[in-house]
Amino acid sequence: MATMPAAAPDTAPKVPPGRRRLAVVLALAAGTAALFVLTIATGSHPVPVAEVVRVLFGSAAEDPRWTVIVEQVRLPRALTATTVGAALAVAGVQMQTLFRNALADPFSLGVSSGASMGVAAVVVGTGGVAGSFTGDLAGLGRVGVVLAASIGAAAVLALVLLLSRWVKSAVTLLVIGVMIGSAATAVVGVMLVYSRPERAQQFVMWSLGNFSATTWPDLHVMLPVIGAGLLTALLTAKRLNALLLGEDYARTMGLNVRRSRDLALLGTALLAGAATAFCGPIAFLGLAVPHLTRVALGTSDHRALIPASMLAGAFLALACALLSQPPGTDSVLPLNAITSLFGAPVVIVFLIRSRRGVQGVAS
Amino acid sequence: MTDTMTEPATDTADRQDRPEGLATEGLAVGYRTRSARGRGANRAVLSGLDLEARAGELTVLLGPNGAGKSTLLRTLCGLLPSLEGRVRIGGADLARTSPTALARRLAVVLTDRVDPGLLSVRELAGLGRHPHTGFTGRLTDADHAVVEWSLKAVGAGHLADRPAAELSDGERQRVLTARALAQEPEVVLLDEPTAFLDVPSRVALTVLLRDLARDKGLTVVVSTHDLELALRVADAVWLVDRDRHVHAGAPEDLIRSGAVADAFDADHLAFDPVSGTFGLRRTARAAVAVDAPADVLPLLERALAREGLTVAGPGDPTADRQVTWNGGDRFTLTGPGGAVVHSFHELTRAVRTW
Repeated sequence: MATMPAAAPDTAPKVPPGRRRLAVVLALAAGTAALFVLTIATGSHPVPVAEVVRVLFGSAAEDPRWTVIVEQVRLPRALTATTVGAALAVAGVQMQTLFRNALADPFSLGVSSGASMGVAAVVVGTGGVAGSFTGDLAGLGRVGVVLAASIGAAAVLALVLLLSRWVKSAVTLLVIGVMIGSAATAVVGVMLVYSRPERAQQFVMWSLGNFSATTWPDLHVMLPVIGAGLLTALLTAKRLNALLLGEDYARTMGLNVRRSRDLALLGTALLAGAATAFCGPIAFLGLAVPHLTRVALGTSDHRALIPASMLAGAFLALACALLSQPPGTDSVLPLNAITSLFGAPVVIVFLIRSRRGVQGVAS
Repeated sequence: MTDTMTEPATDTADRQDRPEGLATEGLAVGYRTRSARGRGANRAVLSGLDLEARAGELTVLLGPNGAGKSTLLRTLCGLLPSLEGRVRIGGADLARTSPTALARRLAVVLTDRVDPGLLSVRELAGLGRHPHTGFTGRLTDADHAVVEWSLKAVGAGHLADRPAAELSDGERQRVLTARALAQEPEVVLLDEPTAFLDVPSRVALTVLLRDLARDKGLTVVVSTHDLELALRVADAVWLVDRDRHVHAGAPEDLIRSGAVADAFDADHLAFDPVSGTFGLRRTARAAVAVDAPADVLPLLERALAREGLTVAGPGDPTADRQVTWNGGDRFTLTGPGGAVVHSFHELTRAVRTW
């Protein structure tokens, strides 16, 4: 199994493992809260941090414009980054354990591309659109987009899972994932030809990744869906632990492997589908966060890993959101550029560190 | 098939109270192949098995490669459905036991190489508590105590805080055995646990398994290729021969009946029933007279046998060549190219031309 870094530099801990984990989780929670406030405070019109906190706790700010900025623009963006970061990180944890593959994540195995395909189908089919271009469509339209994205994600996920029964090598499976992703992207390209040019352009903008395009009506759909996915993941921590040694061991420990796999698949499809529907396919967060969290915690135990990954995913997504809007400027960098710039080195370091990764041997 | 192991199956009433190990009734193992027309055909690998592994005994499953040992073990632990017949674990029918209830009775160590990731040894062994923990999987103090006990039982107590990924092969097999023990089973099945181990680790693990069976009253079934060690240590042997018959009995029963020799003899390999070991089968090209003390003689015989020479009986007229021990490791060779040699290495090179 190559789910986890095989040769982590983590030597015998001097601190008791329980206390170390608690410290990591508390630090992540504090960091996430700080970044959350900071993300709201910065932008083209900076808002003082004290005023942000005041608005967040329900009072009015000194300047009424600040209240509007915080409530209508910045808070949705920060909430989006927080939940999508947590969603992608947890989806990554589930996929890495499910596939017993260190390089599995929604983006690398083409699941995000599948979600894009679902979104594109809705865009072309109904003229309705997701994320930044859901504007005129409320209620069912948004639910429809999330549903289409989740179905697209689930279809690719099921296909890759089927193929992973025959393909044991982590790297081969990854290449297959990339191929499936390319195929899905090609289908999207064909579909875009038949859509109106301005829709196609919006779709391309969407596919660069963006936390700032969600509105409150979007959040009313996204938060419950992602919340359900995160809850599913938390409740399946015991099952995922049993899967750490492989499906046969899990079965002999009394686990219903098929049901566990279905639950993890469903949760991953919901998480990756909802995240992609509103923010576009976002690279590397799902891949890098689980590895970083495991090393920080010093364990692969999902009962610690899943909650800590949620926090770490939210923390890094907020950091990327901050970086994508350099303070004091109006320019917005594509989110995927930021996540790839920090995610690609993580993967390279991981591959160099792990002998198994280099040899392409898994399970 | 020696039938000394099986008890009459009539006294089921008094069997309920004590752990009675593992038994099969008319078991057939193999694979269901699905044909294109939707009707499944069964391909039995082994069939008609009435075997019993008793509590407190180490039962070893032996057989040549491809004989169906793994298929049998995977069926016994419920990973493969049986084609016919039943498996009883402690008196309960395996097919009618819920997965969790089964996991509390039966634990396995598989051949799969596991990647423990960042789990510590204690966490890895703690995974075995899965069938005993509640919905969240939280380990109680009692669970932790069982994990510590299981690590101590396999002599891995000192490894508890080490990262499992850093263990040697032998240590990892011990820890995986501890994980199985942490399930608090009545029956433990191990599929070739000694396969990747060096000789001292093999002996240590095999002896450990027998001690676990004896001391904890467990039923332990192990498949292995390590024939000589198994025949020395096992309390009972299930031997799959080339015709896919399964012979059961004490090692000595199977050696006496010739089943071991039948199953494993090959062109160059001969089983010696007296010593219970295998030797190279080779016809000697000549006999050599030997003069050496008793403590050197066996080694000298070995060295000569490797060169295709046998030791001549006293007064054998055909033996016109002689090896004489001169003390130290010096030998005098009498015959063509006769010389004095100073080691077994020089000896074997010199006699190669005889």
